[in-house]
Amino acid sequence: MSAGTGHAATGGDGWWGTQDVSVRYGQRLALDHVWFRAEPGQVSAVVGGDGAGRTTLLRCLAGALAPSSGEVRRPAAPRIGYLSAGSGTYPDLSVSENLAFRATVYRLPPAQARERAAELLDRAGLTAAAGRLAGHLSGGMRQKLGVIAAMLHRPGLLVLDEPTTGVDPVSRADLWWLIARAAADGAAVVLATSYLDEAERAYDVLVLDAGAELASGTPEQIVAAMPGALRVSDQRPEGDAGRRAWRREGHWRVWDPDGTASCVQPDLQDAVTVATLARELAGTPAGGVRP
Amino acid sequence: MWAMIVKEFRQLRRDRRTLAMMIVLPVVLLVVFGYAASFDVKTIPTVAVGPQAAAVAGALGEPFDVVKTEPAQGRDWAVQQLRDGNAAAAVVTGSGRPEVLIDGSQLFTARAAIAALSAKAAKAAVGGSASGQPATPAAAPKVTVLYNPDLTTADIMIPGLAGVVLVFIGTIITSLGVVRERQTGTMEQLAVMPLKPRDVFLGKIGPYFAVAALDLAVVVGVGVALFGVPFRGSYAVFGLGAILFLFVTLGIGILISSVSENQGQAIQLAMMITLPQVLLSGLIFPLSSIAVGVRWISYLLPLTYFNEISRGVMLRAEPIGPLWQPFVFLALLGLVVFTLASLRFRAYLAPAAPRRRAG
Repeated sequence: MSAGTGHAATGGDGWWGTQDVSVRYGQRLALDHVWFRAEPGQVSAVVGGDGAGRTTLLRCLAGALAPSSGEVRRPAAPRIGYLSAGSGTYPDLSVSENLAFRATVYRLPPAQARERAAELLDRAGLTAAAGRLAGHLSGGMRQKLGVIAAMLHRPGLLVLDEPTTGVDPVSRADLWWLIARAAADGAAVVLATSYLDEAERAYDVLVLDAGAELASGTPEQIVAAMPGALRVSDQRPEGDAGRRAWRREGHWRVWDPDGTASCVQPDLQDAVTVATLARELAGTPAGGVRP
Repeated sequence: MWAMIVKEFRQLRRDRRTLAMMIVLPVVLLVVFGYAASFDVKTIPTVAVGPQAAAVAGALGEPFDVVKTEPAQGRDWAVQQLRDGNAAAAVVTGSGRPEVLIDGSQLFTARAAIAALSAKAAKAAVGGSASGQPATPAAAPKVTVLYNPDLTTADIMIPGLAGVVLVFIGTIITSLGVVRERQTGTMEQLAVMPLKPRDVFLGKIGPYFAVAALDLAVVVGVGVALFGVPFRGSYAVFGLGAILFLFVTLGIGILISSVSENQGQAIQLAMMITLPQVLLSGLIFPLSSIAVGVRWISYLLPLTYFNEISRGVMLRAEPIGPLWQPFVFLALLGLVVFTLASLRFRAYLAPAAPRRRAG
């Protein structure tokens, strides 16, 4: 941790996360007994389909939402950086005014704030846009602004809700570089994404489905834990196997639950798809018991 | 075209608020205008002083409603009654011609009083001798209009208009400011930032408070400088009233924002709340002319009390003592509205105060 923001104050074993956290919105169970752990210096990804509970989990972690049950381990508010869904910046303030507001809220000394803002703007390629209104930036630039605003005060826990959604590939690479730097500086980074290729770059991954954990671990562990085997077909198989097939890169991938050897090397995307299929075929009701 | 019609009705059905506005607002406006929108003054609270006070009180008749007869008191006391808003007219008897004092700061009441007096005088002159009745002492009184001798509309409107400006700024601008924060998702950012809900709340409304106060000063200043509206009373009393009033309107603005999803809804709701204030606060139609069934609404509206204070202080130099009622009611309204508003506001930011915090 650089720049004396008091890492020692965050306590001994210093991991952040949730322990058996459930969140209920009225009748709907948005998070179902979720255990999650984010380590300082690592990037953890939370993936899942729409409505899987990613945003809810991140809001709990950041402190924007109190869980219905369970416990959240998080640093004190000044040590948290949070990018909410959307960019979380003021469209009617300029880029540098947005950063100045953050700096004041987190009580950064003015000189340090200026230096840090200049450094992050430079890294994000936003230096030329510093005087523009955030609302006039392109989607990708606004997203980058949201990310650097969240990491401006060098938080111990950086929570980013879909930092790369709707961002072009070049900007996405920039964003990943920024995120990796934040982790290298010692922050525990948690990000939600719907891109599994992106999650593959994370140190560990939590896959959510209907509010419950579908799989978790490093990407390699999740892939290794995939039951059965994969084969590739040029056509969608007939009958029962057709329900276990999905299109990928111009071919069909078919999951055989009882297979032993895959004829293609499955990746995270395959493993997550298989986990989702396995749950569906097992007839587990949405939001029910974990597989 | 059919597809559009079906879609439009479906959307309309979802937007309960617009639907309510389309159906309820015309009805409300009709009722309000029907019962409230009246310039006719049916009763004029009157005091009578001087040796012949009792005789005069008996002879006055409609629309004068003699609320007090004080034979021992003189003109000064009568003026004080008018200044403190206890009466709209006063009859001063003594040696020679009686004098009728009329409170010009109540424009329509004053006009009604003058009309009634001249009608009586004409009737007495024509019919008095024929019926053999002695002419009443009020037959040919000297009429003096106090506080607004020319019965100028601007003198009446500008103190009230100051209140309307505050209603608009306070309610609409504040609610927009808070809703905007929610719409951009920045409210959630504020919730996780190391800020106390109180700081966010005060930091959010402080600027609006300052702008509204400045606006008020401008409106009053322009009124005095350009339209020659008198400012006879104490700036401090006026300022205190304005501050209380601002607290209520800003609080209402926050309450509106807490039940609005977007800026359109906030404006809709704010209009629904500000429109009746303009109509029912006594700004245009005299309170006493508003039907009792509707008048109770007037007493729930902060502008009603601010009107009383601003007219009283600016035109009649009314001190704070006799104005205690509007002050107390404004303070009560402020307390209720502001407590609700800060509770609602805290509810957005409440998740920031988690049950348990590690680290």
